[in-house]
Amino acid sequence: MAKSLVAEFTKGLWKEVPPFRLVLGLCPTLGVTTSMKNGIGMGLATTFVLVCSNILVALLRKVIPSKVRIACFIIIIATFVIVVEQLMQAYAYTLFIDLGVFIPLIVVNCIVLGRAEAFASKNGVVFSTADGLGIGIGYTCALAVLGAIRELLGTGGLKGDVFGLLPYSFPNLFGASFEPFGFAVQAPGAFVALGLMLCAMNLIPSK
Amino acid sequence: MGEMIKMVVVLTVLSVISGGGLSWLKDFTAPKIENQVMNLVKGPAIRQMLKDADNDPVADRFKIQDGDVERTIFVGVFGEKPDTVVIESSANGFADKVGLVVAINMANDTLRGMAVTTSKETPGLGARAKDDPAFAAQFAGKPLTIPVKVTQDGGTINALSGATITSRGVCVGVTKAIETYNHLKPQLEEKIKSMGK
Repeated sequence: MAKSLVAEFTKGLWKEVPPFRLVLGLCPTLGVTTSMKNGIGMGLATTFVLVCSNILVALLRKVIPSKVRIACFIIIIATFVIVVEQLMQAYAYTLFIDLGVFIPLIVVNCIVLGRAEAFASKNGVVFSTADGLGIGIGYTCALAVLGAIRELLGTGGLKGDVFGLLPYSFPNLFGASFEPFGFAVQAPGAFVALGLMLCAMNLIPSK
Repeated sequence: MGEMIKMVVVLTVLSVISGGGLSWLKDFTAPKIENQVMNLVKGPAIRQMLKDADNDPVADRFKIQDGDVERTIFVGVFGEKPDTVVIESSANGFADKVGLVVAINMANDTLRGMAVTTSKETPGLGARAKDDPAFAAQFAGKPLTIPVKVTQDGGTINALSGATITSRGVCVGVTKAIETYNHLKPQLEEKIKSMGK
């Protein structure tokens, strides 16, 4: 492993930011980004699962027989997803209601399984943690940006909190005469917003 | 052969650890989740229904054993007298189960109110059972002796137009709650007396 720890961490933030560069994990990306609050919540939940499963997979990589590795990864990932689901119900119930089915669906998020298979099963614990954190934070930022764009256009302001903490509220950023663009927070708006984001990301070269 | 055994052992051990951990977590979070549901799903409906009560009905709740099921009962205090109990119930609606809470005045055996807590009914039609206060208001003040039915079935409740099935479901749910109340009444009275309010 010639790459440094910092490089493993930062690649997820820009060079390999999952929804925009790798175009992975799009189902929740499209589904939950109706507001910045939901985007951040979903991103953090995924980050938690990603980091925990990366650590465990890296720890057990020498023990797990290669023929059943996928089954083992799925047990590990599913366990952490249920942990997140239960904790979210216990401590952030409204967010859990907003995110709905997308929380259990983290199990099949290809980013999580992808990192376990492609990275954590071949690298040590420290590198895997850095990789999971980087990709997870990158994913959270991507969802937050997409959610913020859609919420801004759809409601004219930003309002919410992060797991009940850090409340923020910026109503009517475009002035009182702004007519909310309801299309942006509906399902088709997600596709258009994601398309425009992909387009913008491709205009900026990745290297 | 050795590899085979290793596969089985690794998978088994992983599953056991994961299953055990999760069942511990479930026990750990269950009371917290119940509190959240009480406060955010049932709480607003119950507080709205008993908005003139002198206490917080959600805080003054107890559990009672009814055959095999454990029921949560909420108590409303009116004029220093805890005379109102709220019983949870559910019935089949148009799309899925409709969950509701029914408040019963124990002093004169009348309904004090009804509110839908959870429903997946059609927005604008069946969902009005939850959203339209006029529909829910019809239940208040009805004596328990009159069967709760929609007018089409010979009852006294005006069904929501375009949502007869939901309205019937709600009536069935209320009837179920009344049945529960009738056979639990002695236990309820005793329990409320022992609350010392």
